[in-house]
Parts: sequence; structure tokens; C-alpha cells
Amino acid sequence: MATATVAHHDTEVHGHQDHHDHEHHDNFITKYLFTTDHKMIAKQFLVTGMFWALIGGLLSTLFRLQLGFPDMNLEFLRPILGGWIDEAGKLDPTFYLALVTMHGTIMVFFVLTAGLSGTFSNFLIPLQIGARDMASGFMNMLSYWFFFVSGVIMFISLFLKTGPAGGGWVVYPPLSALEQAIPGSGMGMTLWLISMVFFIASSLLGGINYITTVINLRTKGMSFSRLPLTIWAFFLTAVIGLLSFPVLFAAALLLVFDRSFGTSFYLSDIYVAGEALPNTGGSAVLYQHLFWFLGHPEVYIVLLPALGITSEVIATNSRKPIFGYKAMVISMLGITILSFIVWAHHMFVTGMNPFLGSIFMFLTLIIAVPSAVKVFNYLTTLWRGNLIFTPGMLFSIGLVSFFISGGLTGIFLGNSAIDIQLHDTYFVVAHFHLVMGSASFFGLMAGVYHWFPKMFGRMMDAKLGYIHFWLTFVGVYMIFFPMHYIGIAGFPRRYYSWTNFEFTNLYTDLNMFVSVAAIITFAAQFIFIFNFFYSMYRGRKASLNPWNSNTLEWTTPLHPGHGNWPGEIPTVYRWPYDYSKPGAAEDFIPQHIPLSQTPESNLPHEQELVKLELEIMKEEADLVANESKH
Amino acid sequence: MYTFLIAVGALLLLSLVWMVYRIQTLVSVVKGSDRKIASGSNKVNAILFLVFLVGSGALMFWYSIKEFDNYQMPVASEHGVITDELFWITMAVTGVVFLITHILLFVFPYKYQYKEGRKAAFYPENHKLELIWTAVPGVVMAGLVISGWMAWSDITAPAPEKAHVVEIMGYQFAWDVRYPGKDNVLGDYDYRLINASNSHGIDFTDKNSIDDFPSPKVVIPKGEPVLFKIRARDVLHSVFAPHMRLKMDAVPGMPTRFWFVPTKTTAEMRAELKDPEFEYEIACTEICGRGHFSMKKVIEVVEPAEYQKWLAEQKSFLQQNPSLAEGLKTDKKEIAGIN
Repeated sequence: MATATVAHHDTEVHGHQDHHDHEHHDNFITKYLFTTDHKMIAKQFLVTGMFWALIGGLLSTLFRLQLGFPDMNLEFLRPILGGWIDEAGKLDPTFYLALVTMHGTIMVFFVLTAGLSGTFSNFLIPLQIGARDMASGFMNMLSYWFFFVSGVIMFISLFLKTGPAGGGWVVYPPLSALEQAIPGSGMGMTLWLISMVFFIASSLLGGINYITTVINLRTKGMSFSRLPLTIWAFFLTAVIGLLSFPVLFAAALLLVFDRSFGTSFYLSDIYVAGEALPNTGGSAVLYQHLFWFLGHPEVYIVLLPALGITSEVIATNSRKPIFGYKAMVISMLGITILSFIVWAHHMFVTGMNPFLGSIFMFLTLIIAVPSAVKVFNYLTTLWRGNLIFTPGMLFSIGLVSFFISGGLTGIFLGNSAIDIQLHDTYFVVAHFHLVMGSASFFGLMAGVYHWFPKMFGRMMDAKLGYIHFWLTFVGVYMIFFPMHYIGIAGFPRRYYSWTNFEFTNLYTDLNMFVSVAAIITFAAQFIFIFNFFYSMYRGRKASLNPWNSNTLEWTTPLHPGHGNWPGEIPTVYRWPYDYSKPGAAEDFIPQHIPLSQTPESNLPHEQELVKLELEIMKEEADLVANESKH
Repeated sequence: MYTFLIAVGALLLLSLVWMVYRIQTLVSVVKGSDRKIASGSNKVNAILFLVFLVGSGALMFWYSIKEFDNYQMPVASEHGVITDELFWITMAVTGVVFLITHILLFVFPYKYQYKEGRKAAFYPENHKLELIWTAVPGVVMAGLVISGWMAWSDITAPAPEKAHVVEIMGYQFAWDVRYPGKDNVLGDYDYRLINASNSHGIDFTDKNSIDDFPSPKVVIPKGEPVLFKIRARDVLHSVFAPHMRLKMDAVPGMPTRFWFVPTKTTAEMRAELKDPEFEYEIACTEICGRGHFSMKKVIEVVEPAEYQKWLAEQKSFLQQNPSLAEGLKTDKKEIAGIN
């Protein structure tokens, strides 16, 4: 099998190279805007994602002001919020809901889906599998620009007079279908839907590309069992996205019909604003099924890439092979499959048939097992390592902590009997912000700190990175840990104020604490922003392989051009986790070093492969010689 | 003036931070520590993990114990006792896992921090370990799921026939309550019949609706099964009675239900909490618009005898507003007691 693939890849690589030699007449527009270079597209996704993260974070500080300091005079916000601050200096309750909705939409889709997958799938897939670029550079470019258009439309919706969509990020109908019920369901919701259509198109274009590239463009010797876990994660993420985003599209399309063309997919028996609507026979719960069929896999769309990045960063900086490579791959596969059959655990108390609820409870709690395996494997990777705390490593350890904390609370919520009380309370908010929001965000940060040298050829400042990490890590816990108490006490989500009810008329001090922590944590992100842009131009020059890592991207030049490797693409001879191998002189052996060059550290079964490897190398040399004769 | 001073202060602070940053960068360049594999910061970070473990752990235990009575809401329904028990069992199981994994996660960085000359262990796999930590969580989860499933099946089973029926209808932004009257059967409704005087859209041509009556609050007897029939008039809402451990969405076009047995009267709970103002409350937990945070309804749990007395005192919709009976046949008007 090995010989066949080698011969095939060999010709392909040459084909690429000839083609690639003609491609070096870049001007500003083709280099920075309408580029087809996966590395530049990755940077476009990253910077756009950072922009949206700041907007999303800013929105959260606004509603945290309301929740933590309900009596505060917010007059000073009038310059930016205008009419949404009433005469008494109070935030408008409708706008509060819009803030919550936009915060969720932006963070889930624009930051953690596009900003994370878009950046690192694009950047790392070709570099780590040894490809010149994505399978289709043009589709890749379209993917970014669809995302960009989607972002512009969503951004415009923030400035509408009636406000952006305000029905929660899940935009459940009938609320999201009826302008009479909330003003945000007018033009704001229309723009939300249009924006999401572009976003889904962008995700699909990207996903198809990632899958094709990983399957078809791996370099010689890069079998699936030698793929870095990052690539496995991006690959499976793309598969999940490809299968689930179209369902969101369907849900959105039917919602558009209900809103604009008088259909009744989701609407039935509604009397609103003094008028009985003609719609009958629709089901509001149908939308929830369709939405969560994407919505739950979406959790893994944002989480898997982060886990992949973490696996790579932890192994590199522990100077140890990742523990249980196969188990990691199998558990990711398990999560991928299970992620499609757990969606209705978001709907235990929606009036869905209770028997269906029991089925989904069983399936949901099964998904905890592969997640637990991953955690134990990370811990064992750290065990007896030689740990170097780069900022990337710190953020990875932070991710594992959030993954544990938020994952464990999932066991409460996945249990339908316990979920009756906890559903739609702050316990849920704490749960998903830790396991999905913060964990994925930390994965994103780990990735940026780790691969910055490859992106820009310079190092980010480590000390600022440490400060950024500790402020953010402690900050995130100070924000979300107290929410568990608030949630157990029964505080419902998306409440503008707590004073109407006796049972929520406490914890003003704790809410204030959370708000202060949120504002400090948000402010700490500017340390990162500064570090990022300053280091881009003024950072210390990076060495070729600053973390002594094994993967292929570190064999490219400091500033790889379009095509990544100036000469031939290196061949891969081993898995990417040969760290601290007994007998080896260095504590790492990159993937492109043949086994025949490291007889001192080869394991018995590897020693047997050496002969085969030498044969293949000889055959290849003959092929090259033959070709150059012609 | 103040704004100006604050701006100047912030500017000075920023430039100070900037200078410190530049100086430390230059110092590290001079010392060459930025070229080392692991600088002195490695040790600091390793220690900080321990500090974080101890500090945040202590904070968590202190606060969890101190605040226990505040966040642990008193329970007043039969199934609530069971779900609370499940909650705390799950808390114990996950709590142990939480502590062990976090101790390992933060102690390892300290213990195995980089030392020059030491080599990490090459330990790529161990099938036995993997099997153990797949099987153990599997078994534990199975235990939790099965106990949860049994509770869930009981809670969601059909209500006993003798359950007292109360209809709760959500709309922007309040709840309306309807009782079935003596026959314990609610009359039909149709959303197209809703108008200013018939907010429920009750169909009074149905004889079951004749004795239906409204109530400003939900009054239910202690120790007897109560069935909430839940519906919504405009958008999604969700009935949440925290003390009853009860939650169910109200969906337009799809009636839902939830039955339970209250175990403490309002008076008993007032005595227990030493709070004479205490009320059981219903809140909305499904985002429904501007007034989502204000949809309050009071539940009053009373002794069964008191409940029967209260029932007898209530006046039906038709008695309260005879104009609703317009167009009805005389025999029905007679039954309703409004000639």
C-alpha cells in the first residue's frame, strides 16, 4: 500500500510545483484582500474573529452593568446607545434582550466557529499535512468573503431603530416570527436570517475544502494514523459542520416563509396584539428540533478544534507524546457521531414526549464517556513530563480545567429529572460558558500564541502572555463559578432584573462581583490585542522551530510563500509525537526524519520498518532520476 | 474637569505600564533569558498553579458552606424531594471527580516543571488504563442515568384521575389561571374566541365550561395531586415554580401538562422560614419579550378542607360576567345560574 501512495503523490507534488512557479505577481488586492493563500485567509479569519470577539465582549459588559448595578445611572452610555437609554438613565429592557441575543450569536458563530475553525483549519491543515494549499483556493477565498458579508449584515442590524434580533441566540418562533411580539423580530430578525444564510454558505464552503484537502492532499507517508490530532479535530469538525449546518439553513428558511409568506410551519393558534392570527397547524417545537440538530453539534464544532489544538500544544510543551493517540482519535470519532443524536436534551421541558426525553438522556450521558477519556489522557500526558509553560501551554492547561468544570455540570443537565429545575437557569449559563465558551476561547488563544511565530515570523511577548493568561483564567472562574450558586438558587436566564420575585431577591452582591470580574476580564483582553499587533511588527524574530515541535509546519521557511515549501514537500516517516524518545539525542524527532536515520531510538517494530522505508526511498530516487532525464 | 484629570491619569498609567514592559523586555534581552528554553517565569507559573489550586479551592469551600441555606431553595413537592436527592448525589459524584482531576491538573505542572537535563518519560499508551477509565465512567454514568430515568418516568407519568386540574395560560406578560369548577373538566377553548372580556377564548357552548372560573392566584390543596394544564396564547413561555421543582414550557397550539403533589402549605413554609411574607411563586423561564422578567403568579398551598371551602366560594366566568352568555340556550343559562 505504501509504495502505491508514494508513487502517486510524487507526480502530484511535481505537478503542483511547476504550476506554483508562475504565481508570484501579487499586488495589495491579491495578496491581502482577495487572496487564495490559505495562510492569509487564516489571518483574515483571525483578525475578523478578534474584531467580533471585542464587539461580543463589549455587549456582555453592557448587560453585566445592568445585572450587577441595576440602580446605576447609565446616562454616560447615551453617546453610543442613544435612545436605548431612557430618560431615567436606565437600559431599555427590549434592548437588554437584544444585547443578550447578539452576544450569543456573535460569540457562537462569528468568534468560536469562524474565528477558531476558520483560522486554524485554514492555517494548519495544509501546513501540517504537507500540502501547497487548500484543495480549492478559490472556494476558500469565497468562504472568507461570505463570512465577511455575513458579518457586515449582522453589524448593520445593530444600528437599526427597532434594534437587532432580540429573541435569544436560538431565535425560537413564534417570538422571532412576530414583529408584534418584540420589535427586534422585524427588520433586525430579517437581517439576522440573511446574515446566517451567508454564514452557513461560508461554513459549508470552508468545510468541504477542509475535508477534501485532508483526504486528498496529504504528503508522502502522511497516513491517517500519522496525522497530528489537530488535523483529526479539524477534519471531524468539518464533517460535523457539513452535516448539521444545512439543517439550520432549513430551519431558517422555514422561518423566513412563516415570517414573510404566510406559511404556518412553526405558528399555530396565536392571539397577539389584540388580533387572532390565521396560522394553524404549525409546531413551535419543530423549530427547536431543527435548530438543536445543528445547535448541539455546533457545541462540538467550536470545541473539537480547541481540543485538537490543546492536544498538540500540551504534547509539545510536555516534551512527551500525547498519551493514547488512538484513544484520542476514537473518542473524537465517538463525540462526532454522538453529537448528532443528543440534540433533544435541550428540550426536556418543552412538552416533548417524555419517552423521547428518556432516550435522549441515555444518549447524552454516553457522550460524557469519550469526554472523560480525553481529560484523563491530557492528565497522563502531563504526568512525568518536562513541562515548559509557554503562554500557549498555559492556555491549554486552562482549557482542560474549564473542560472538566463545565463538563461535569453537563452531567446534571443531561439528567432530565434534574434538568427540570435547572433548565434555563444560570446553572446552564455557567455550564456552557465554561465548557463551550471559555474552553474554546482558551483553545483559540493557545493556538494564537503557539502558531504566531509561524504566522508572522515573530514571537509574541511571553510575559504579557502570562499576565494575560492569569488575569483571564482567574477572571473567567470569578465570572462563571458564582453563576452555579445563582443557578442552583433558581435564577432564570435572560432576566433584565431580579426584583420582581421573592425567590430571586438576593445575591445582589454576588451579581455585582460577577459584573466587576467580567469587566476586568474584558479589559485584560486588550493586553492580548496590544501584544498581538505590537509583536506582529516589533516582536522578537522567531527561529524556525521555536517550540522544538515535530509537525511539518516548522519545516517551512520563516515566511513561507504561497505554496509553503520552496522545494519539494517533505516526506513523512513517523507519527508527530516522538518527544523524549529513549535513546535519541534531542528530545524531539520531527515527522520528516526517516526512521533509518535514527537507529538509536527506534522501537523494535519501527526497526523492522526501516528496511521497507529504505526500499521506498530508493524507488523514489529512481523515479525522480527517470523523470529528470525526460 | 474631572474627565480631563481621569484621562490624564489613565494616560500616565498607560505610559507607566508601557515603560515597565519595555524595560523588562530589554533586561531579558540583555540577560539572554529570552533565548533559554524555559526562563525563570517557568517556575513562577508552576507555583501560580499551586496557589490557584489552594486559593480558589478554599474560596469555593468557604462560600459553598457559608451560603448553603441561601442557594439551597426549600422544596415543597413530593417529586422535588427526589430530584433534589438526585441533584446532591450527582454533586457528590462529580464533586469527587472535580477535586481529584483538578488536584492532578495543577499539581503536575508544579511537580513536572521543566528541569534542564531531565528527560520526560516516553509513555505513549497503555491499553489497560484506557479501558479502565472508559469503563469506570461508563458504569458510574449508567448508575446516574438509570436513577434519573426512574425518577423522570414517575414524574412524567399520566396524572392520577383525581388530580385537581388548574389551567395556566401564559401571554405577554402575565399568567391567567382557570379552574374547571365542580366537574373538574375544563371547557373547550379556541384562540379565535379571545376578546377583551374572554381572555381565555373559552367556548361557552361547551357544557364543561359553564362552571369554569378564573382566579387571581393559583390555590391548591396540600398532599393531593395537582395537574397543571399549560398553554400559551402568543409566544413561548415556561411555567417555573421553583419551590415545587416544576418547569414546563407553554407552547401556542400545543397544550402541555405537569402534575405534582405539594407537601407544605404556604403557612407552614412561612413558619419554617420564619418569613411571614413568603409566597410560592411562578416565573417565566422562556424568553418571551420585553416583560419576560416580570411574569409573576402566586401559588397558595392550603389545607384540603380550606381548599374545598375556597372552591365553593368561587364564582364562574358566566356568573361574574353574564354578558358572556349571550347567544347561549336558556337551559345552559339555567345550569350556570344566571337567568
